[in-house]
Amino acid sequence: MAHLLQRVAQSRDTQAFAELFENFAPRIKAYMIRQGADPTTAEELAQETLMMVWRKAGLYSDTKGSATTWIFTIARNLRIDRLRREVPWQALPEGRDEQPSEETAPDEAVSERERRERVHEVLETLPEDQHEVVVLSYIEGLSHSEIAERLELPLGTVKSRMRLAYQKIRESVEDLR
Amino acid sequence: MKIDHHPDESTLMSYAAGSLPEPLSAVVAAHIEICPECAREVHAMERIGATLFENLAPAPVSLSAGQAFGGAATPPPATPAPVDSGISASVLRRLLGGELADVHWKRLGFGIWHYPIKLSPNCKGDLRLIKVAPGQVMPDHGHGGSELTLILSGSYTDEFGTYRSGDLSDLGDDVEHQPVSDPAEGCVCLIASERKARFKDILARIVQPLTGL
Repeated sequence: MAHLLQRVAQSRDTQAFAELFENFAPRIKAYMIRQGADPTTAEELAQETLMMVWRKAGLYSDTKGSATTWIFTIARNLRIDRLRREVPWQALPEGRDEQPSEETAPDEAVSERERRERVHEVLETLPEDQHEVVVLSYIEGLSHSEIAERLELPLGTVKSRMRLAYQKIRESVEDLR
Repeated sequence: MKIDHHPDESTLMSYAAGSLPEPLSAVVAAHIEICPECAREVHAMERIGATLFENLAPAPVSLSAGQAFGGAATPPPATPAPVDSGISASVLRRLLGGELADVHWKRLGFGIWHYPIKLSPNCKGDLRLIKVAPGQVMPDHGHGGSELTLILSGSYTDEFGTYRSGDLSDLGDDVEHQPVSDPAEGCVCLIASERKARFKDILARIVQPLTGL
């Protein structure tokens, strides 16, 4: 996906954009529906997200994370703005100096795809109670307090389940290096 | 800048997920701006969101990419890349619409001032600056729900250590503490709470013993 985004960024390649659209629009729409949007609004937001991808592609750099993560953060911020009607305070990843100086040489570097595959494996093997809070937070957009209310749990329990899930994911992704 | 106190991992996850309420997100953003360590964590946490996102069952879309361009023969031009992509040089400046030095403080009680910050209209919670005179002792208090405090200048010390500029205190709702502000400089901080009523409650408890109300 990163090469498609590069082509959009460098040569305003509409064919590459069409491929990105085909791949991401249905996922963004699904994401927006899970976040509480009706199907029509979800489709509009998917379209709008991809138009932002088109316009902002010049900001994307493949040395700074994956195209998928970048597009996810654009969709996430649009969701905060439109569905929650709040100010998104999250920066898009390209604004950050992501890697510390001890980064391995490019040919040794683990690819973002490998990292996400590893994250996916760990997510699939998390205990159900941890998996549940992660999905409620990321995909259904609930705050920790809302999750606590929904699951009738103390806030501290929700937070510790989130932490446990993250610690497993982090360890496993670090093992890739 | 050496930072000793960071947000809880679960708070950073909620921020990366886009689920942290607005006032808390603003405080986390202001911390991340000066804390590369937390910025890296957040990026790793965004990867979790991207992974869940790419594995969602796709929902069929009726539009094509061409239609998304509004049927125009030539697609719209790209917006020239701005230097920043949302978060500008200073989150705090964006929040205040100006500089910290120009804030019009309102007196809350002896040795304590505040400045409430406007949030989105239907947003729950509370965000405000608090300024405390040097050597002020706060009454022992707990926190209802999530509350984040970012130190902007000066420091305070409580049971958990000393919090200096850039440090963020992320106390659980079951924790009680009794902060004392820096004896020389006092303390200026940005405090977010996800519950408005509860925060006023805490303020009342802070102000009460000092004003004798």
